[in-house]
Amino acid sequence: MATIIAALVLAVWYLLRTALNRAPSRYDLLAAAVLSALIVVLVVVAVIGLFDGSRPSDTATFAGYLITTIAFVPVAGYLARLEPTRWGSLILGVACLVIPVLVLRLQQIASVTGA
Amino acid sequence: MPESSTRPRDAALGTGLGRVLLLVYGVFALSASARALVQITTHFGEAPLAYLLSAFAGLVYLSATVGLAIGGTRGRLIALVSCSIELIGVLVVGFLTLADAGDFPDDTVWSHFGSGYGYVPLVLPFIGLWWIWRHRPRPGDAV
Repeated sequence: MATIIAALVLAVWYLLRTALNRAPSRYDLLAAAVLSALIVVLVVVAVIGLFDGSRPSDTATFAGYLITTIAFVPVAGYLARLEPTRWGSLILGVACLVIPVLVLRLQQIASVTGA
Repeated sequence: MPESSTRPRDAALGTGLGRVLLLVYGVFALSASARALVQITTHFGEAPLAYLLSAFAGLVYLSATVGLAIGGTRGRLIALVSCSIELIGVLVVGFLTLADAGDFPDDTVWSHFGSGYGYVPLVLPFIGLWWIWRHRPRPGDAV
């Protein structure tokens, strides 16, 4: 939940930076790194949960979403670094909008347990 | 702050807004293909047409992503064809699903004009085509 809020707050910030025609600053990239760290924590908790007995009925899909979720912000950060214009900020903004969707989908899949 | 800078109009297809498109197309390539893969491997018999369409949509997004990424004359052509197919696909499937849900019992990316994906699949080809059009080669361009 904290991850979703953090991602949405950052998304608003990055979109604002895009609107103001600002390239992502060091701090923007640092914020994205912090968000990535939050997501890593979330994914680790989810993976520990996998070995806790109650597996989601669709484990393969769940694993796919976990990998996508953990890799997403770093990939966006990499692209944003290649793009030192306002569009770099937009890349980070879009990524921060996709993260809540991914996290919600993860929770949705996890709630349908096969056990 | 002198952080921002603009690029020349003849900059490569995969820079600027193109790089944002690259990310979004990449996301759709991944989600549509993964969805099709799961659907086809687990319950293909239920709605083969819808699942094959999912797979096809995934391939179209994938080729659009590749086209944007490699750029140049060839990449531009690949992206142009992919975005056109994507636009036709989302419109045709959108209308078909509006008219009669019978042919598509299970949803695809393009069902109901992509409403399940926040209508992004409907908007994306327009932005894509506009971007490619803006980057059309002009006489006098060094290719």
